[in-house]
Amino acid sequence: MTKDSPSVTGPVLYVTGLKKSYRTAGEEVAVLRGVNLTVSAGESVALTGESGSGKSTLLHLIAGLDAADGGEIRLADAEVSELSDAERAEMRRDRLGLVFQQFNLIPSLTVEDNLAFQSRIAGRHDAAWHSELVERLGLGRLLKRYPEQLSGGQQQRVAIGRALAIKPLLLLADEPTGNLDEDTADEVLALARDLVARSGCGFLMVTHSARLAATLDRQVNLHAGVIA
Amino acid sequence: MKRALWTLAVLLSHWRRHPMQLATLLIGLISATALWSGVQALNQQARISYDRAAATFGGTRTAMLVASSGVTFPQKLFVDLRRAGWPVSPVLEGRIQIEGRSLRLMGIEPVTLPAEVGNAPTIGKASLQSFMTPPGEMLVAPETLADLKLAEGARPEASGTLLPPLRIQPNLVPGVLVVDIGIAQSLLKMPDQLSRLLIGKAAGKRAPLENVTGDKLRLVEPDAETDLERLTNSFHLNLTAFGLLSFFVGLFIVNSAIGLAFEQRLPVLRTLRACGVSARMLNVVLVLELVTLALAAGLIGLVCGYFIAGALLPDVAASLRGLYGAQIPGQLTLKPQWWFAGIAISILGALAAAATSLTKALRLPLLATAQPFAWQQAQRRWLTYQSALALAAFAGAGGFLWFGDSLLSGFAVLAALMLGAALILPMVLEVALSIGQRYAQQPLGVWFWADSRQQLSGLSLALMALLLALAVNVGVSTMVESFSRTFLVWLDGRLAADVYVNAANDDQAHEIKSWLRERPEVEAILPGGRADTQLAGAPIEVLGLPDHATYRDNWPLLQSADNAWTKLRPGNAALVSEQLARRLQLSVGDRIDVPASGGNWTLDVVGIYADYGNPKGQIAVNFAALTRRFPEIPLTRMGLRVAPANIPALISALKEKFGLDDRNVADQATMKAESTRIFNRTFSVTAALNTFTLAVAGIALLTSLLTLANSRLPQLAPLWAIGITRRQLAVIELLKTMSVALITTIFALPLGLLVAWCLLAIVNVKAFGWRLPFHLFPLQLLWLTGVAMAAALAASALPVIRLARMQPASLIRIFANER
Repeated sequence: MTKDSPSVTGPVLYVTGLKKSYRTAGEEVAVLRGVNLTVSAGESVALTGESGSGKSTLLHLIAGLDAADGGEIRLADAEVSELSDAERAEMRRDRLGLVFQQFNLIPSLTVEDNLAFQSRIAGRHDAAWHSELVERLGLGRLLKRYPEQLSGGQQQRVAIGRALAIKPLLLLADEPTGNLDEDTADEVLALARDLVARSGCGFLMVTHSARLAATLDRQVNLHAGVIA
Repeated sequence: MKRALWTLAVLLSHWRRHPMQLATLLIGLISATALWSGVQALNQQARISYDRAAATFGGTRTAMLVASSGVTFPQKLFVDLRRAGWPVSPVLEGRIQIEGRSLRLMGIEPVTLPAEVGNAPTIGKASLQSFMTPPGEMLVAPETLADLKLAEGARPEASGTLLPPLRIQPNLVPGVLVVDIGIAQSLLKMPDQLSRLLIGKAAGKRAPLENVTGDKLRLVEPDAETDLERLTNSFHLNLTAFGLLSFFVGLFIVNSAIGLAFEQRLPVLRTLRACGVSARMLNVVLVLELVTLALAAGLIGLVCGYFIAGALLPDVAASLRGLYGAQIPGQLTLKPQWWFAGIAISILGALAAAATSLTKALRLPLLATAQPFAWQQAQRRWLTYQSALALAAFAGAGGFLWFGDSLLSGFAVLAALMLGAALILPMVLEVALSIGQRYAQQPLGVWFWADSRQQLSGLSLALMALLLALAVNVGVSTMVESFSRTFLVWLDGRLAADVYVNAANDDQAHEIKSWLRERPEVEAILPGGRADTQLAGAPIEVLGLPDHATYRDNWPLLQSADNAWTKLRPGNAALVSEQLARRLQLSVGDRIDVPASGGNWTLDVVGIYADYGNPKGQIAVNFAALTRRFPEIPLTRMGLRVAPANIPALISALKEKFGLDDRNVADQATMKAESTRIFNRTFSVTAALNTFTLAVAGIALLTSLLTLANSRLPQLAPLWAIGITRRQLAVIELLKTMSVALITTIFALPLGLLVAWCLLAIVNVKAFGWRLPFHLFPLQLLWLTGVAMAAALAASALPVIRLARMQPASLIRIFANER
């Protein structure tokens, strides 16, 4: 059974006045001091900033993996901070695609099962889209393999395929090419951009690389807890 | 030295940050040491007691001369031998009744008693005179005195004769009374008769034995192993097997904790190596750290072992008394070797459990490989290797079963079978989980089975422990229940009389019989008698059965000749107990020569009967014939046939008329209840060890799950990120543990039944001489399945609750780029 892909035009992500602090060694450290950010459907945005600037924290808050201290995160029509734990899980399952630097594939499942995993638990499996992803990501001959039997680039292609298999509203990627060499990184990112454009979702990528950031539609820089 | 200390400090800092892991390691070592040393303490205590029994005025530890035929020989032979230079000392042994209790009476001659007779109680010069001159003294163990409810100095009666005053001799074996030989000859009505002559080691010229005594006496060489030791070997082997099983289960915990600590410390070890710490130094420090921990845990384990032994000792003593008639005092005394052995076993166990990790540390490459751990390939190799070993173990079990014919080979069959089953378990689980994965439809279902497969290598040791503990539980419980069912049916046949009376002496027995003959409600008086003698070098009992329908109709015979009971009547035939028949390889139609008072008594074997729980071999003959052949035996026991309604009144009348108490007169129901109570107590130590082993297996599962829980986060965090809640993940994790525990339990049930069959058909036959029918108890299997699932649930609860309550920050950390 296939659910329809949520069709949204215009902004898919609104972040307004977002704040987050951590307590470290008894001291309160403000990581985000009022972040404002918008990502539209079909738009790809690079989030840059020095180490410790709060890029990953911002991404985690948007994904509902962590709770903000203040401000607003709206994903299409849903206010993330008002969602319960279970509702945030549902949001990630049905509307978000997540890609991490460490790939985070499920080691016990084959490539084929990893690719279809999220779309199947979300009840949004689209066989035609799945086949297209396999073909475009060049995974056709690797479907029966396990993650441990793949190279880093191949693993990240599987992770991108898994995230996009649900046709998410927004694809969030945290340093997706951080573990890859330059050529492989370019190749993987090109594939990701191509597929994002094909699916029409928004794309927010955290990166240290100015070169890769420049290949996306827009760049935003996080500095001293705010978007510069 | 300084470098080593720094390295040690770095390694120890791991435990500060992972206290649960340290606790796991210590719990494993403590449980292993405690159960092992507890069992060893029990064995040691029992052996001390056997030694004490063996040394009682020249047991099997002293060379002796005994009659070539018959149970006694004339005292004149002693005089002749002394004159011929033989340093011999006479002993007469028999049984007397005091207060309705049958006790072993031993007559000695203290003046000629060899000085080197073991650690026999010494009779000092001062007390020698009072021991030998009238009225003499009767030495008795404090336990016996308490049992008789008499005070020191009391003079009880036996067969109407006033006995010498009782004097406590602390080292004496319970149940034995020691008097001067002249008194013993008078009490046992054996004037000028002796049972044996102890031979001292005094050097000197002595004439050849044949020249002095002809063929009337034969020499029995001292035996390093006592009769009791021989008899009880199987019991101690059984205890040791349980101790070893618990020890290995404990080591499983240690292995899992050390393995995890090693994996977690891998980056630290690499850094230390990169900083210039040599592989050798690293290993020395790792060993030092382990030995220190093992030493601390070993000491705590020993203290726990002492308490375990103390708690189990009364049951062990009851078992040994019930099964073998061995008397073990209720207080634990331990030798220094026990403490050293306990510490050593803790250290060696820890090193054995850490061997794999230490080898890895020695071969640790300085640079970590970029590839993640290839679990699929590694698991396939590991499963193939273990399965091959399992098949070899099964082949070994088959070999022992086919070619072996001893108790040890019986235990070897069991050990090989269990080892094989434990080794094949991961493959069984892998196959079962693969089938589950193949038929799973939903993606979470597919992941459920696939992830369970991936977890196998981490959980397999704990599951093996669970398998072994469950199989032993099923096996032992089935054996005990089979025994219990058989025993109760057998008891119904053996206790066929309605009332049992035990008179204080023969005179009172006569009076009671005369009185009973006048009572119309008494349908029959069934006199009983029992004589002790030796057959093929081992003590046996000769039981006298009157010629009465009660026995013909009820006495359970396993095999018999036609008209066996009729053939018993003339006094030249006997029924033989199963264990004696097996030991001497006797069958119906064979002939035996039983030493009796007047010489050997030749008897045809006309039947074989079950005689469960009797450590001695036994033969049953016609009562009248027994009294003719053994005229000196007390005839104080009798059974009565009475209509059930008349029993209470008759018992009250007997008590009132003859001053009998509950120990001397009892109805059938009381006797059965008492026998059943003794039977149940016999197996209570087994039940306790069963519970301990299962508990340790539960702890092994818990510690494995706890240690796995941390390394599982990288597998679970992506699922959480994808949209599966922590609560859902916790439920899935719980179901995964429960499912592998269930598969393990299902595998353990047939294995346990196989263990039960081995115990019933091999071990029991070799250890006790009786074979019991195999019964299946489905409800018991269901109960054990429930217990196993409850143990798995309890073990999973903590890691699962921790997962359900885990802070998102812990899960997010998995996605952090700078891990």
